This record gives sequence, C-alpha cells and structure tokens, in this order.
Amino acid sequence: MVRLITHNLLACHVKGCTSNNFPLALKDIQIELREAEFNPEFITNILPRLEWHALADAARQVGDTSLPPEQPEMMDDDLLRNLHHVLLEIHIVEGAMTCPNCKHIYPILNGIPNMLLAEHEIG
Amino acid sequence: MIPTPDLSHLTDQDKLYVYDPAEDTFLFLDALEQDAEDLKSQKPLICLEIGSGSGCVSAFMGSILGSTNTLYLCTDINNRASDCTHRTGRCNKIPLDPITCDLAHPLSKRLHHSVDIILFNPPYVPTESEEVLSAQSDRSISGSWAGGTDGMEVTNRLLGDVEALLSERGKFYLVTLERNNIPEICERMFRTFRLQCQVRVKTSDHLELTSARS
Repeated sequence: MVRLITHNLLACHVKGCTSNNFPLALKDIQIELREAEFNPEFITNILPRLEWHALADAARQVGDTSLPPEQPEMMDDDLLRNLHHVLLEIHIVEGAMTCPNCKHIYPILNGIPNMLLAEHEIG
Repeated sequence: MIPTPDLSHLTDQDKLYVYDPAEDTFLFLDALEQDAEDLKSQKPLICLEIGSGSGCVSAFMGSILGSTNTLYLCTDINNRASDCTHRTGRCNKIPLDPITCDLAHPLSKRLHHSVDIILFNPPYVPTESEEVLSAQSDRSISGSWAGGTDGMEVTNRLLGDVEALLSERGKFYLVTLERNNIPEICERMFRTFRLQCQVRVKTSDHLELTSARS
C-alpha cells in the first residue's frame, strides 16, 4: 500500500528530470483507511526527514484537511495524532502519481507503486 | 531466539517467480539476530531493503525493531516480489512498504543521508553478463541470483549509491560469496567512501558483510 509517508519519499527519476520532480501529484486515486498503532516518538523523530508542504498537500488531495499548511513550531498530542493518521493510516490502493516536471506517470496497482522506467528513460 | 517470519501464505505460483528463502536468507537472519541489541540501541527510523523478494528479511527486522518504531521500505524490480513482500508484512503484522523499482532510484533524492539500515541480499552468482541483463529486464526469478561477471554486476551498481543513502550512524548489510572478492569490496568501500566493512557471519560459501562509517 502506498502510505503518504512513502509518497513523501518518492521523486521522479526519469533521465534528466532533476528539478521540480517532487512531490508527485496524485491522480484518480482510491484510498483505504487501516488503523495502525500510535507511536508518538516515531512520528516526532521521523518528521525532520519529511517535507511538510508535500505532506499537507498530499493529505488535502486525499480529502484530509487536518494538517495546517505551515509546520507548527510546537507539536501537541492532537497534531501528532493527525500526523499519525495521515502518514500511516491512509493507504492509496489504486491510482497514479505524476511528475510535476516531466509529467511521467507512475501507476499504483493493488497498492503497489510501479516506479520502473523504460530503457530510454533510465539515467 | 527471534522466530523466522511466517511465509505460509506464499503459493507454489509465487515461488515460480519470487525467490523462496534459502540458506543465504537464513544466514542473513542470523547476522541480524547477532546484531539485534546494537540495532535496537541505534533506534533506526528508516530501514531500506533492496530486492526484498518474499519480504522475509524485512519482516524479521521488524520483529527485532518493533512494528511501530521504524519505517520498512522494500524495493524490488519484480512486481510479484513487491506483492509477496506486502503480504508477508501483513501476515507477520509488520507494516512493510513495497515499491517496485530498480535499486533505490526513486528514493535517492529524498533519502539523501537518511537511511539508518540498508539490507541487500543481491543476485551474486557469477553468470554471463547477458544473463544479468535479461534477468533484470524480464523481472523474472533469475534476477534474484544472476550476478554477471564475478557475480558483482548488480552489487556494483548499488555500492556506488550506498554512502549517499546512509545516515550518519547508518549501517549497510550485504550478502556475498568468497568468489565476489570480498577484500576488494571492503578496500573499495573504504577508499572511496570511508565506509568500514566487517565480516559478521561466515559459512562455507556465504558471507555477511556490514559496512558503516568509520
């Protein structure tokens, strides 16, 4: 399943596509919600490795508006719980991710993102 | 004793296309179990397995580190392997996040110096170069073992990317054969990247290496 935590770590890697290649835009997606155990320490620690704007945007694209557009300086329990839900409980099952720069389409089928490229696209 | 992950969900059909855990896989699990306390104290946030196949190794890592403490990213060039990895995660209650891709290519931009543990049991069997090319492009089961010249063609493609992926205290685990020329791998990783290699577990024909910053 493509969770939004994974989406936040994927960039387009077509040959020559090196700028404006992240975040990938979500298209025609179907989501499923699955409960996951809450670990506030993990959420707090992983946050510096994630890109807030991309995350808040992706959440909005799947219909979740719980994250503010700018990263708050203080994390309270409510925010950590919202982040937990957005990062780990929303699963993209079907759809596609499109590069904002070169428009390459990466399909998601049965919950698995297919990031393979054709021979001529490999850098 | 950490139990071997439950793989009973793998079907005969899966095993035609995806590598069924064998001696080298179990050696890998031994090495991780031996390092379990160190791995836990490192508190890894991101664990990345390249070529996860059945997902057995990442699921095992999940039982060492806990299902909620670490993100387990699993790549494989074979989409059926990604599917097996995903099911193994569910079956063992470890969330494994599969991505079908070559090595770590779509992750390298965002995971620069961010991966705490990299796991790689590569295709290391020496074969003709043509075989490695067709095996990788067919996404078939031979891609799980055909390694080309010295069994190193796929491994060599990853070795150049490892340092850029590893976090400050990151560790890279690699399964190799004596015939892959281990002293040369270690020397090269140190000379080029200042990564220090150690042999962790050895059997008659397999070895387990760890590479970490010196």
